[in-house]
Order: sequence, then C-alpha cells, then structure tokens
Amino acid sequence: MTFKRVVVTGLGALTPIGNDVATYWNNLAAGVSGAGPITKFDASKFRTQFACEVKGLDVTQYIPRQEARKMDAFTHYALIATEQAVQDANLNLETLDRNKVGVIWGSGIGGLKSFEDEMIEYAKGDGTPRINPFFIVRMIADSASGQISMKYGFRGTNYVTVSACASTNNAIIDAFNYIRLGRLNMCVVGGSEAAVTKAGIGGFNANRALSERNDSPETASRPYDKDRDGFVMGEGAGSIILEEYEHAQARGAKIYAELIGGGMSSDAYHITAPHPEGLGAFLAMQDALNDAGIAPESIDYINTHGTSTPIGDPQELKAIHQLFGEHSFKMNISSTKSMTGHLLGAAGAVEAIACIKAIEHQIVPPTINHFTEDGEIDSRFNLTFNTAQARPLTTVMSNAFGFGGHNAIVIFRKLS
Amino acid sequence: MSDIAEKVKKIIVEKLGVEESEVTPEASFTNDLGADSLDTVELIMEFEKEFNLPIPDDEAEKISTVGLAIEYLEKHIGK
Repeated sequence: MTFKRVVVTGLGALTPIGNDVATYWNNLAAGVSGAGPITKFDASKFRTQFACEVKGLDVTQYIPRQEARKMDAFTHYALIATEQAVQDANLNLETLDRNKVGVIWGSGIGGLKSFEDEMIEYAKGDGTPRINPFFIVRMIADSASGQISMKYGFRGTNYVTVSACASTNNAIIDAFNYIRLGRLNMCVVGGSEAAVTKAGIGGFNANRALSERNDSPETASRPYDKDRDGFVMGEGAGSIILEEYEHAQARGAKIYAELIGGGMSSDAYHITAPHPEGLGAFLAMQDALNDAGIAPESIDYINTHGTSTPIGDPQELKAIHQLFGEHSFKMNISSTKSMTGHLLGAAGAVEAIACIKAIEHQIVPPTINHFTEDGEIDSRFNLTFNTAQARPLTTVMSNAFGFGGHNAIVIFRKLS
Repeated sequence: MSDIAEKVKKIIVEKLGVEESEVTPEASFTNDLGADSLDTVELIMEFEKEFNLPIPDDEAEKISTVGLAIEYLEKHIGK
C-alpha cells in the first residue's frame, strides 16, 4: 500500500531559552545557556541547586486563573506551546474536520509537583485523608492531551506516551503512523515536563544523573566535554502540528518540513545505564533510516540525545559511528541540551523543533560549553562545538533515549 | 454580615473566580456560579479547613447555595 506523506505545519515552544519559537531558535543559534539557580523551591540542601527553568511566564495570559489552578505546570506548558502551534498553523477551527484531528502528547512523569504538594499536605495531618478533588486530574500524565483536545474540540485519537526521555519521539512516531495510514488528517504532537521540583531534583540526584557544578550553572551542561558530570534538568514544552501533505496543500498551509521516518528499539539491558556498545541506539537509528527508505549518507545533521553524562555521550557516538561509518565524520552532530538542559519527556519535542528550524535556516545549532577534549571521543566527529555552523541541510535526525532502555528516533526532511 | 459569611464569600470568590457581587445568599454553586461537581467538593473541603469543622457527606450534599453554606456553618461552629 502507499502511505500518505506527513508534513509539519505549525510549531510552538516554551523553553528555558525562550517562551516562543522565534526566541528559542535565536538563542539556540546564538549558543545561549538557559541554566541558573533554582527559583522554584529552596534547593539549598540539595546536591544540585540549579536547573534550566522556564522564565518570566505569566500563565494567566493564556489560561484563566480558575482553570489554571486545576492543572499542573506541565499541562500549562502543554496548552501554552500548543496555542502557539495552532496559531502558527493558521487553523480555521470552524471549517476543519476536527473529528480527524488527534492529540498525542509525551510526558515522562506528568504532574510531579501536584503529587508532591498533596502528599506533603497529607503528611502534615493526623492521617485523615483530605485529598483535593482535583488532585488526580492535575497529576495524571494524560491530562495534558485531554486538556488540549477540550480546548480546541479535537476529537480524534487522544493519549499520552510515557517512555521517559523518549516520550515525545514516541508520540511523533505514533501520530506519523496514524496520518500516513489515513486514520487522521492532522495531529497535535509534542511533550511537556515540569520536574524542577523537590522530588524531581532530589530523585535524579539520588541516582547520580545530574550535574553538581553549582559554582557554574551556565557551563554545567557540557556534552562531549572531558569534564561533563551529568545532565542539567530542564523544563518546558514543544508542540508540533503534523498534517497529511495533501490536506496541508489544500488549505494553503505553510509547510516547514516533511516527517519521513521513525525508528524504535529497546536496549533490553539496564533500567538506567545505556547498552555499553550503544546497541539499542544503533538499532533505532537503523530502523528510522529503513522506515524513511534512505541511505545513511543522506543524513546531514543529528541532534543527539547527548545529555552530558559521562557514560551516555560516548556510547551514542559509538552507535553513530557503527551505523554511519566514515559519513559520521562528514555530517554535523550537536546536542542542544547544552543550552536547554534536559527536558526529559519533552526533550524530543523541543529538539524536533530545533531540527525543523535548522532546516528552515540552514544552520546547525551548536553544542556549547566545550572546553576540554575528551580522549575517549573521536576528534574526527564534527560536534559543532561552541558556535553554530551554516551548511546545506536537507535531512536531519533527532535522537531520544529514555531510562528503561527506550530509544526513539525521528527524521525530518526539507520538502522537495 | 457575620465573620463566617465574610470568610465563606471570600473562599467562593477565590475558588470559583466569580465577582463578589455574584455571591448572593440565593446563588447556587452549580446553576449560578459555574461550579461543577468537583468544584463543589473542593468548596466544602475549603470550608472544613477554614473553620476546622468536619462536614459529613450527607450534610455536604445539601449545601448547594451560598446561603445554605453560611447557615450550616453558623449553626455548627462553636458547638
């Protein structure tokens, strides 16, 4: 059977380096770090006291206060980024067949702070439960996709994918499949996360995943640098309108890029550590290339998972080298987490947007904070250190891997 | 207006996002003030917390208007 083509027609972003897509992209291209001391709670007793927070956001500009207080921040972020994407896609909600518009969202955790706050309150009492009636709906991860569907009346497929830091890429791939099979005309995809909380920072500190470079937050996220010491927690959301190509053409939509492939695999190895030879990453990238029906040499740029952890970074590169051979030294590679921090379940969302904007502007955003070469990392890779690089970009790949061994890869191409 | 009535009004304005002028004794939480069933449960819980008074479920179900809430609380507080 022939698959339908799937294109990107709208973008929205709420990130630690910009509360809209234009600001986000400008700061990505300029190499700006979003890290700073944690303001959301008193972190003075935590091993890590900094993060990449969303800044200067007035939620009530987008969501009435009465509605907002019934939602966790990760749902606020989802609604805000999606409002931008819906505007950007220039959708006419009156004429659109909204029964054929889905929402598939990614979140690694869901309403972590809502859970935390409620249980802290409970612990203060005598054991009598006085749980707020909105507690569950604030907390559950699928409230984000549910709220988006209610706001716009999108009555197609609706759910949330949970695969830790691969969540959004799984959401994108699911939507890709529904649209190319003709099951949906359009789908809002993306992801949001709001885990800069006591439990989030404390929990990732406890499993030693976070950087503890408290004296220099802005340089802490340093993928591929010899002295990298863990990831920097980020938060925010990215929202993308995926649309069937002919549907987009018929309504005269602006088309950013085409989504041409998705690949998935599991490490089946360890709950946090990646496979030592990067086997899962290799299989997922290979699967994505096969799905797209393209040769490895077609890839011009990979936006890596590259979280700035000692073990993860080189293993991903090992897998890239194994799959792409000599071509892995000819393409550009960068980790934009050096600027945004790691948005966990939303990482794939903001990184897909980085890839799509990279194609639009023909610019590869950099891996900032490279100071010292790591002898373990082959110096022939072009890791786009410290400053953006202009180059012709046709086909780009975005990698995401999650605790649990989940790997999900997407490939975007300039529309031909 | 009693202290209790003032506090009740304040909670309703805060939780339901309505204007103070709308919070009349006859106003029904669901029909006039836009509350859904979960909002109503939350309101009752806020009253319980504010006045440190447990309200049994069968009593809570009958508290459907601003006036009935004030009346119930005035009757049971301090006894």
